[in-house]
Amino acid sequence: MTTSDMSDDGEPTRRDFIHIFGAATAAAGAGAVLWPLVHQMNPDASVLALSTKEVDLSAVPEGQAIKVMWQGKPVFIRHRTPAEIEEAKSVAIAQLKDPVARNANLSGTEEATDENIVTGASGEAHEPWLILVGVCTHLGCIPLGTSAGESRGDFGGWFCPCHGSHYDLAGRIRKGPAPENLLVPPYQFVTDTVVKIG
Amino acid sequence: MSHVSNYNPSSGIEKWLDKRLPIIRMSADFMDFPTPKNLNYWYTFGAILAVCLVIQIITGIVLAMHYTPHTDMAFQSVEHIMRDVNYGWLLRYIHANGASMFFLAVYIHMFRGLYYGSYKEPREVVWMLGVVIFLLMMATAFMGYVLPWGQMSYWGATVITNLFSAIPVVGESIRTLLWGGFSVDNPTLNRFFSLHYLLPFAIFGVVALHIWAFHTSGNNNPSGVEIKDVKKDAVPFHPYYTVKDGFAIVVFLILFAAFVFFNPNGLGHPDNYIEANPLSTPAHIVPEWYFLPFYAMLRAITFDVGPISSKLGGVLVMFSSILILFVLPWLDTSKVRSMRYRPVAKLWFVLFVIACIALGYLGGKPAEGIYVMWAQIATAYYFAFFLIILPLLGILETPKPLPRSISESVLHRSAKPESSAAPGAPAAAE
Amino acid sequence: MKAMTITKTLIAVLAAAAASQAVALAAGGGEKHPEHQHWHFSGPFGTYDPNALQRGYQVYETVCSNCHSLNYVAFRNLGQKGGPFYLESCPEGFPDNVDCSNPNDNPIVKALADKYKYQVTDGPDDTGEMFQRAALPSDSIPAPYANEQLARMANNNALPPDLSLITKARGGGPDYVYSLLTGYEEAPSTVQLAPGQYYNPYFPGDMAQAMKPEYMHDGHPVEGVTVPPGGVLSMAPPLADGIVEYGDGSPQTVEQYAKDVTEFLMWAAEPKMEARKALGVMSIIYLVILAGILYWSYRKVWADQH
Repeated sequence: MTTSDMSDDGEPTRRDFIHIFGAATAAAGAGAVLWPLVHQMNPDASVLALSTKEVDLSAVPEGQAIKVMWQGKPVFIRHRTPAEIEEAKSVAIAQLKDPVARNANLSGTEEATDENIVTGASGEAHEPWLILVGVCTHLGCIPLGTSAGESRGDFGGWFCPCHGSHYDLAGRIRKGPAPENLLVPPYQFVTDTVVKIG
Repeated sequence: MSHVSNYNPSSGIEKWLDKRLPIIRMSADFMDFPTPKNLNYWYTFGAILAVCLVIQIITGIVLAMHYTPHTDMAFQSVEHIMRDVNYGWLLRYIHANGASMFFLAVYIHMFRGLYYGSYKEPREVVWMLGVVIFLLMMATAFMGYVLPWGQMSYWGATVITNLFSAIPVVGESIRTLLWGGFSVDNPTLNRFFSLHYLLPFAIFGVVALHIWAFHTSGNNNPSGVEIKDVKKDAVPFHPYYTVKDGFAIVVFLILFAAFVFFNPNGLGHPDNYIEANPLSTPAHIVPEWYFLPFYAMLRAITFDVGPISSKLGGVLVMFSSILILFVLPWLDTSKVRSMRYRPVAKLWFVLFVIACIALGYLGGKPAEGIYVMWAQIATAYYFAFFLIILPLLGILETPKPLPRSISESVLHRSAKPESSAAPGAPAAAE
Repeated sequence: MKAMTITKTLIAVLAAAAASQAVALAAGGGEKHPEHQHWHFSGPFGTYDPNALQRGYQVYETVCSNCHSLNYVAFRNLGQKGGPFYLESCPEGFPDNVDCSNPNDNPIVKALADKYKYQVTDGPDDTGEMFQRAALPSDSIPAPYANEQLARMANNNALPPDLSLITKARGGGPDYVYSLLTGYEEAPSTVQLAPGQYYNPYFPGDMAQAMKPEYMHDGHPVEGVTVPPGGVLSMAPPLADGIVEYGDGSPQTVEQYAKDVTEFLMWAAEPKMEARKALGVMSIIYLVILAGILYWSYRKVWADQH
C-alpha cells in the first residue's frame, strides 16, 4: 500500500472515503459472485426430482430383508418375525449406547424404543417393517446382514465389517465405534404393502 | 528497467519471510512499479485481459463439474447445465460470451501494441510472448467450441482438423492422429476436452512471462519515448493504474453483462443448438466471429501456385498471417515507436484495421463471387502491410519531431489538446 | 511528403472501388424474412405470459406432440418457477405438508404426466422384464417415436425435429417459428410438388429444384418467370382454426395457436430467461454504480497529476 492518500498519522482522511467505498463496493460484488459458484455444487433440479421412491413390499417374506436405492444410498427394509419384534422390544433404554430414536418422521429427540423406530410420517407404527438408511453412522460403510448368509452381528441385526459396529433388530448401535443408531428415512405407507420413501 | 525495491519489512514475521521467500517484496515491487504517467485507456486492456482469463478459468472449472465429454451425452449435459444445475445457465453463458469478450479485448490490445510500436526494441520478447498467448487462446477457443457437440461444433472441428491434411506427405497421418479415428468422433471429443482444460493454465504461465518481460523492459507508452526521469515521467502502478484499470474493467464488464444477460446467444450460431449429426452438414459453416478474418484468408486462396494447391495455399496463408507477427519487430524499420509521430504510417495503419474488419465481414459471407475478390485484396493488403509498407516507410517517411520526455509530451498535449489519443481516431485529426 | 501523397491517393481509389462494389452486392433470393412479432418476452424486461404458456402447452400436447418430441423438457419443468403450471401454493383441500411450489408435488403437473399412460419404459422388474408405466413428474415428456428410424418411417422419410430448442436453433428464432406455422401458402403454379410435400415461403430451401421443367432452362428460370422464395417441407400445415379448444376464451385461430405455441416453445428452449433478465438488471445497475464510484476515485487519485 502506498500512503499517498493517507494523512501523516496513517488514518484515512475524508479524501480516502471514496477509495474505501469503491473497494468495499467491489468486494461486495465479488462476494455476490461467489454464491452461484458455490451453489452450483448443490443438488440440481433433476437430482431433487428423484428424491422420493415407492417400494412394493408384498414380495418380501417374513424374516427377510431387502435393500433399495434411495438418493444414492441403500435403504434396508426388514420384514421382522414376531420373535424378532419381541426381542427388539425387550431391550431397555439404559442398555443402549445411543438412547435417541434417529427417526426423520419424528422430532428426533424421542427415546429409542422399538415403537419410535418403526413409526412413519403418518404417526402409526408398522411393527413388522423396519425401515432404515443402510449407512453405518460411523464412517459410511454399508453394514452386512440384509442378504441371506451375511453376518448379522452379535445382536441379530446388522454388522458393519469396516470397523466392527453391531446393530440390533431395531437398528440400534450396541457395540463398536458407531456413535448413533441407524437413521430412519422419512417414509409413509401409501397402501398396506406400498411404502413411499422420501 | 527493474527498479530499486522500496519495500521495508516492518514486522518480525515479514523480515523472517523476506529472507526465505520474498513474496511480499515481489508483490510490493509489482504494485510500486514505475509506470509511465501518460498511459491512456487503450492501455487498460492488459488488465481487462487478465480478468477475462481468470473468469474463463473459474467458470470453466465449474462447468467441467457438470459436463460429460462423450458424444452420446455432451449435448445433453450442456442442456442439463442450462436447465437443471443451480445457476448453470449463468455460468455457461458467462463462459461462452467470455470467449468473445476475451478475443474482443485481445484484438484491441494487439492493435494498440501495433499502433504505439510496443513490439520494438527492447520489447520484442514481450510481443512474441503475446503472439504465443494469442495462438494458445485460438487453440483453446477452438477446442472449447467443439465441446457442446452441436452442429457447428462438429463441422467446425471437421473443417479445421482437415486443414492439416493439406500438409504434403504427412498431412493425412496427422489428421488421423488428431482424430483418433477416421472422422471427428468420441476420441476427438475426449482429447479436446482434456486439452481445453489444460491450455488455459499454459496461457496463465505465458502471461506471467509476458508480464515479467515488460517489467524488465518497462511499459511502452503513447509517446513511445522511454522514461528518463522516474519522478517526472512515471507514477507508481498502485494506486494510479490500479484505479484506472479497475474503472476500465468495470466498464468492460458492463458490456460483458449486457451480452450475458440480455443477448446471450447473439454472438453464437443457431445451428449449435442442434445436436451434432455426422450425416448432415449445415448449409453455411462459419466459425465464431473472432476467427472470421482468418477464415476469410483461408478461403481467399482459390488458385494454385506452382506445386502448391489452393488447399495448401489457403492453410499456409492462414497460419502465416499469425506467424508473420513473430518477425514483425524486425520488419518494421522505423526508429520511431509511436505512430502518433508517424503521419504516413498512421494512415496505412487505419487501412490495416479496416482490412482486418473487412476480412471479418467477408469470412461470414459465402465464399463466392465478389466476396472472394475482396477477401483476396484484403489478404494481400494484410501481408503487404507487414512485408512491404512497414519496411519501406521506415526509410521513406519523415516522422514528426519527438517530445524530449514523457512529461513534456503530456504538457504539450494538455496545452494544445488533440481530439483523442485513440489509435482508431487520429486519422480524423489529421 | 511524397509517401503521404501516394498513401492518400491509394486510399481514395480503394474507397471509390469499395463504394461501387457495395451496390453490386445487394442481391435477392432465398426464403422470406420472418415477420417480426411483438412478443410478451421480448426486451430486457420481457417475461413469459403464463396463460399463453399454458395454452401453448395445450397446442403442443394436442397437435405437435403427435410427431415432435420435446426431449429436454421434463414434466416437472412445467411446474417450476416461471413454468406454465407453476403454483405458489396448493389449491384448497390439500394437506398442509404438501408443497405445491415443488414441481414434483404440483397436482397439475402430476395429472399432465399421468395422461401419458404406459408410455415410459422402466425396469427391469423382479422378473427381469422391462415394463411400461405412466409418466411421473421427474420423467421427460415421452417422445412420439421410439427412435429416428421409426419417426422417418411414419413421416415419409422426413425426421420431425425435436422442439426443445427449436426457437434457439433457427435463424429468426420465435419469429421464424411463428412465420412458418402461419405462412403456408398454395404453391405457385410454376412449382411441381410431390405428394406429401408442402410449400412454405419461410422455409429455407432451393425452390429452383421444385420448378416445373417447362419454366426452367439450364438451371435458370426462363424469362418472365421468377423462382418463388422459400422451400418445400414434409410437414402439412399443422394448425387450423378451432382444432384446439381453449378454456379461457382466447380466440381459437391459427394465429393465436401459433403465437401461443411459439411462446411455449421459447420457454421450453430458455426456461431460465426471466431469472436471467432479473439478475441482469441488478448486475448492470450494480456495475454502473461501481463504475461511477471508481471513476470518482480515479479522479481523486490522479488529481495531483493533471
